[in-house]
Amino acid sequence: MRVLTLVRQVLDAEESVRIKDGAVDLDGRKLVLDTMDEYGLEQALRIRESGAEVEVVAAAIGPARCQDVLRTALAMGADRAIHVETDTRLDVIAVSKVMAGIAAQEAVDLVLCGGQQADWDSQALGAAIAERMQWPQVTWTNALQLNGNELVGKHDVDEGSASFSLPLPAVITTQQGLNEPRYPTLPNIMKAKKKELRKDALEQYGATPLVKVIAESVQVKERLNKRLDTKDVHAAAAELVNLLRNEARVIA
Amino acid sequence: MILLVVEHFGGRVSKSSYELVTCARQLGREGPIAGLVLGSSVAAVAGEIAFAVDQVLVADRPELAEYDSEIWAAAVAQIAREGEASTVLIGASRSGRDYSPRVAVKLDAPLLEDVISANGVGDRITAERYTYLARVTEKVEAQGTVVVTVKPGAFAATAPGRVAAEQFDVDLELPPRRVRVTGKTSEKSARVPLSEADVVVSGGRGVGSAENFTKLVEGLADEVGGAVGATRAIVDAGWRPYAEQVGQTGKTVQPKAYIAIGISGAVQHLSGMSKSKYIVAINKDAEAPIFKIADYALVGDVNQIVPAILEELRK
Repeated sequence: MRVLTLVRQVLDAEESVRIKDGAVDLDGRKLVLDTMDEYGLEQALRIRESGAEVEVVAAAIGPARCQDVLRTALAMGADRAIHVETDTRLDVIAVSKVMAGIAAQEAVDLVLCGGQQADWDSQALGAAIAERMQWPQVTWTNALQLNGNELVGKHDVDEGSASFSLPLPAVITTQQGLNEPRYPTLPNIMKAKKKELRKDALEQYGATPLVKVIAESVQVKERLNKRLDTKDVHAAAAELVNLLRNEARVIA
Repeated sequence: MILLVVEHFGGRVSKSSYELVTCARQLGREGPIAGLVLGSSVAAVAGEIAFAVDQVLVADRPELAEYDSEIWAAAVAQIAREGEASTVLIGASRSGRDYSPRVAVKLDAPLLEDVISANGVGDRITAERYTYLARVTEKVEAQGTVVVTVKPGAFAATAPGRVAAEQFDVDLELPPRRVRVTGKTSEKSARVPLSEADVVVSGGRGVGSAENFTKLVEGLADEVGGAVGATRAIVDAGWRPYAEQVGQTGKTVQPKAYIAIGISGAVQHLSGMSKSKYIVAINKDAEAPIFKIADYALVGDVNQIVPAILEELRK
């Protein structure tokens, strides 16, 4: 079988966000493989290592720099990579068209991607790909196993969690708790340089953005930053309760 | 028509549905506001939402007893098409964000996810939403028919009126269920739901133990009539149920007051609560990132400070 994992290049969550000319400025910043996607890639590798005959294909959509995360994916163990190179910012519904195009062309059985994107905070990609493929999907998965032609696992739902089973082909979105992604070793980083990294043009997938981003801004909420003296905890408690009642007016 | 999908739980309309009504009314798009109720034995839900919308569309069928992404998407897209909806409004709950992308693809419409505002001018609609783990506000624009998921708590809830709108039963062509639910852990607490609470008292690793959490965090939540929240670390440790988790992989809350006890403030946690009106932080580490966004900061031992607060509140 063949597994397609989407890898996105995003600003490291530990980095602060900078805005330049009404847009987030990524120039010279630390960019990483989105950790939510990393769980999907790791899971694909584990399915392969569990004995199933699996080819793992990693795909990325974005500017030339996205090659870095594909190299990371190859170094972690993906068999080959596809880069749809574009400087156009595509919304998630447009991206799903490209991904579904790749999934169809490569005749994959399973698509894995992160449950939420660390840059655009979108959770829609997995379901949108599934709809285009007319496949079922499960989102926010934190346990997953392949039993023959069936996937079984556990995921988060509105009020709690649920265990599930579904037939392949399918789309699964992944999250923290699913596994501990491996670090690429130096020999594997060297080996990855020889693996196939194909470049596709965006035009061949016929995807155009439907959502236009007008502006990005950082709105910092002014905080009171009152540091209460806690030498006497009872006095501090009395002061806090007074502030909550009479300044913030949030408790009776 | 503006179509909104009514969220309900335990036979009652969820607060988020009344927030969708507010969003629909402020949208500036023409046409009646239709509330679509999907479920099994949902007469009470339909009767309740009738006091807040212009018409109620009801699909009351046994196959709709349990949520399914494909079934929900098929139902909503069919009704949107038949009613020529200009806008489809869906609550940005776990399930709402799970099936809404399918609706957008079916309708070949743009998807605006988890919005905090939405304004229509002519055929265009602009909306704001948070990105970069809720650190950035993004303004986006789309046109024509749009599918929108609305962030819980971003709009005030509409109060029901006195006149009940007419109800219509709808026929649906539903696909078969392919994802089988083989087990479920429901974690409904007796307290006010996290996303609806005015005060959230939340605990992290600094609380020390599950027993201490009960004493300090639950104790304070009950004293102020608030909801209980928790960080990823302690949910993973098994101290608390997932339903209480606040942050990137849990719930997003914006209460009037968020009281963080023993929480250092990882960016993933902050993304779920940084929009709270007032933030109280109690932590022994004076350098903890949570203090940067705190209105009231208490540096010290939670085991001394929280009992003192409880004592003060009981005076």
